[in-house]
Amino acid sequence: MNADLESLKSITSGKSLTIYLEGDIDHHSARQIRSRIDTRVYIQRPDELVLDLSRVCFMDSSGLGLILGRYAKAVELGIAFKVANPTPEIRRILDLAGTERLIKIETANPAAQRAGRYAR
Amino acid sequence: MAKAPAFNQLRCSFPSNSVNEALARSIAASFTAQMNPTCEEVSDIKCAVSEAVTNAIVHGYRDSIGEIVLSLRLDQDRTLTAEIRDRGCGIANVEEAMRPLFTTDPEHERSGMGFTIIENFMDSLRVVSSPGKGTRVIMKKKLSMLPIQK
Repeated sequence: MNADLESLKSITSGKSLTIYLEGDIDHHSARQIRSRIDTRVYIQRPDELVLDLSRVCFMDSSGLGLILGRYAKAVELGIAFKVANPTPEIRRILDLAGTERLIKIETANPAAQRAGRYAR
Repeated sequence: MAKAPAFNQLRCSFPSNSVNEALARSIAASFTAQMNPTCEEVSDIKCAVSEAVTNAIVHGYRDSIGEIVLSLRLDQDRTLTAEIRDRGCGIANVEEAMRPLFTTDPEHERSGMGFTIIENFMDSLRVVSSPGKGTRVIMKKKLSMLPIQK
C-alpha cells in the first residue's frame, strides 16, 4: 500500500531536482515523505524542485497540505517549484484547492515519463 | 413508513491510529465494489472516507487513541451511505469547520480542505457533532446505473 519510503526516487538534471513520489499520500504517510523531501532539498540545494506525481496511487487533502507546504519551503529558500504528471484523480483535488494559482502544474511528454521509469 | 431493507450493510470499528486511514478507505472501496461502481466513483469514495477518518484521528482524538466506527450501507437504488463516528472532542462550530481552508492545525500542514473534498466528491454530507461527546460524519453517493444489458 504505502510505498517503500526509504527509497524516494529522483533524477538530478543540472540544478533541477525531480523527486518521484509513490504509493499512497495520506495523513499517515505524509510526515515521512515530507521529511525525506526536505532533507534531500536541504542537502542538494537545487535551483528547481519538481515533485512528480505520476506514480502516486492515492492522495487526499493531506497530500495537498504536503504539496502546498513544500511550495512554501521552496519559496523561502528561493527554489523554483513545480508539480508534474498528476493522475486525473489527483488533478481534481489540486483544482478544487485552486493550486494552479500558486504552483505550476506540468504534464510531461512521453519521453520524460519514460526517463522517470529509470529513476533511482 | 418503514425503510426498504438495505442491499447490504457493514459495520466495523478500529482504533484511531493513522495506519487505519488506508484500512478504512480500502474497506469502503471493497464494500462498494459489489455494486460495480466506476473507477472514478471508487476513487471519490475512498478519498471522502479517508478525509472523514483523518478528521476523527487528527481533530476528534488529537493526542489520544479512541474508537472510530465505520458504518456502510448500500441500498437497492445504488445509494452508498457511509458514516464515520468518533467519541472524541467534537466540533464546537460545525459551520466554521466546513469552510474551505479552515484548519485548527496549520503548523502540521493540514490543508483545511477535508470537508470541501467530501462535499465535492459525494452527493451529500451531514456533520453532527457535540463538544465533548464526538462527531458523526454521514455521506451519501448514488452510484451510476449499469449499462443496459441487451
